[in-house]
Amino acid sequence: MAAGRDREAVTDPDWTQVRRLAPEVLGALVRRYGHFDACEDAVQEALLAAARQWPGDGWPGSPKAWLTTVAARRLADELRRDEARRRREELDQARAPRRPAEESGSEPGGPDALGPVGDDTLTLLFLCCHPALTPASQVALTLRAVGGLTTAEIARAFLVPEATMTQRIVRAKDRIRAAGATFRLPPADEQGARLRVVLHVLYLVFNEGYTATAGADLVRDELTAEAIRLARLLLRLVPDDGEVAGLLALMLLTEARRPARLDGELGALVTLSEQDRSRWDADAIAEGVALVTGALGSKPLGPYQVQAAIAAVHDEAPTAADTDWPQILALYRVLETLDPSPVVTLNKAVALAMVDGPAAGLAVVEALAGDRRLARSHHLDSVRGHLLEVGGDRDGARAAYRAAARRARSLPERRHLLARAARLG
Amino acid sequence: MKYMLLIYGDQERWESLGADELAAVIRETDALNRALLESGELVGAYGVADDAKVVRAADGPPAVTDGPYAEAKEFLGSFTIVDCDSEERALEIAALNPASRYTGVEVRALVHEAETQL
Repeated sequence: MAAGRDREAVTDPDWTQVRRLAPEVLGALVRRYGHFDACEDAVQEALLAAARQWPGDGWPGSPKAWLTTVAARRLADELRRDEARRRREELDQARAPRRPAEESGSEPGGPDALGPVGDDTLTLLFLCCHPALTPASQVALTLRAVGGLTTAEIARAFLVPEATMTQRIVRAKDRIRAAGATFRLPPADEQGARLRVVLHVLYLVFNEGYTATAGADLVRDELTAEAIRLARLLLRLVPDDGEVAGLLALMLLTEARRPARLDGELGALVTLSEQDRSRWDADAIAEGVALVTGALGSKPLGPYQVQAAIAAVHDEAPTAADTDWPQILALYRVLETLDPSPVVTLNKAVALAMVDGPAAGLAVVEALAGDRRLARSHHLDSVRGHLLEVGGDRDGARAAYRAAARRARSLPERRHLLARAARLG
Repeated sequence: MKYMLLIYGDQERWESLGADELAAVIRETDALNRALLESGELVGAYGVADDAKVVRAADGPPAVTDGPYAEAKEFLGSFTIVDCDSEERALEIAALNPASRYTGVEVRALVHEAETQL
């Protein structure tokens, strides 16, 4: 961890403005000198140097020019260490007087080299979320190269040793090189599929923060904030994709409930129906609702938009009893056709029970009982317990909650399920 | 998701290995840990000493007793914590551990952890 920066650096507004420059500086460097992996290291070192020097020396007039110059120098040093002659030539190039980064768009190069700064960031997102990488590597590299976070910060957020996170990033870059991926936008006919991967990576970052189980969860809050920031960035770059708006809306509508989501002392999950809605973030809800409404009205439908729409129906109900369950049921039926999964069907069962009674919901649950995809998950027993409880079968509900608690994958969830079992006597 | 891979000692079984075989097991374990570090999946790997003590404070001030002893049929010998993409991968890593050929490797998902930095 660099001196002069501590944990709030991730959400510190001034420093976030600096991190925002990371993909732009990196994009400019890669287009000028190639060597994505070396450039990425150089930008990271420049950010660390900035964190060390700026608090004492004062902020430079143009942070971006400062970062670009320092990163280019680091890159030159790195390339010099590699003794290959070809790289020496690039060293000379790197030492030549530099134009401000803003002008780098006019550098000679392929057609992509002429793109504006936003294209660089999008290209970078596609590269970091390359399908050849494992999800954990995609997440790590995206947070570093696009998010401008340090390896130490990412390691801390994921509670792994820094050396482990360093290797995850090294490995990710090795795989990108092995896959022959270069710093240019994927062909137009591949961009849709590649964008889905980018969305999934941002979704993973958000979920890692949101479903966090660790301690005071301070670091994890930063992950959801960073996921939202990156989703906003992506929406600016790809304003016409309804799923980008849908994902950002889903994050905002979910994050809005965070203050009411956990029982303070024990950290047990509080169900939606029992949350104190006055603690929800009204601004985030308003923004999320507006985003999803706009996307649903004008864009092709996708699963993130439908999930966001479901979250919006919940968030707009003044009390749990006011929830428009027929609307939620209809949306789950749409989601089932767009993105079928047993978990979606289970959620639909809950909505169905609210509309047609617990027996109707239970019939759906029991039909899923043999599904191997749910065999190790707590979801089925958790929903079964809930529906049995609503239907008045206390013994059955208690047994189901306990079975679910044994399989729960997070402590708040487990505590919640055990509490519900205990409440039934 | 993080997983804990537990390897229980079986004194008889380990002692039945010749020096060469034991050295091969150690080399293989070191190489596996190195590979897990390089793949960015290793959180930690620990060997556990044989002499154990148990502290009980149920009936008043803490009382310390020796054991369980390594001579017991099963005692914890070492454990590894990995952070990987799926349970399938955790099971694959367990199968790569040479102990899987001797005593077996127990794989447990870690459902909670406290922060270790302020």
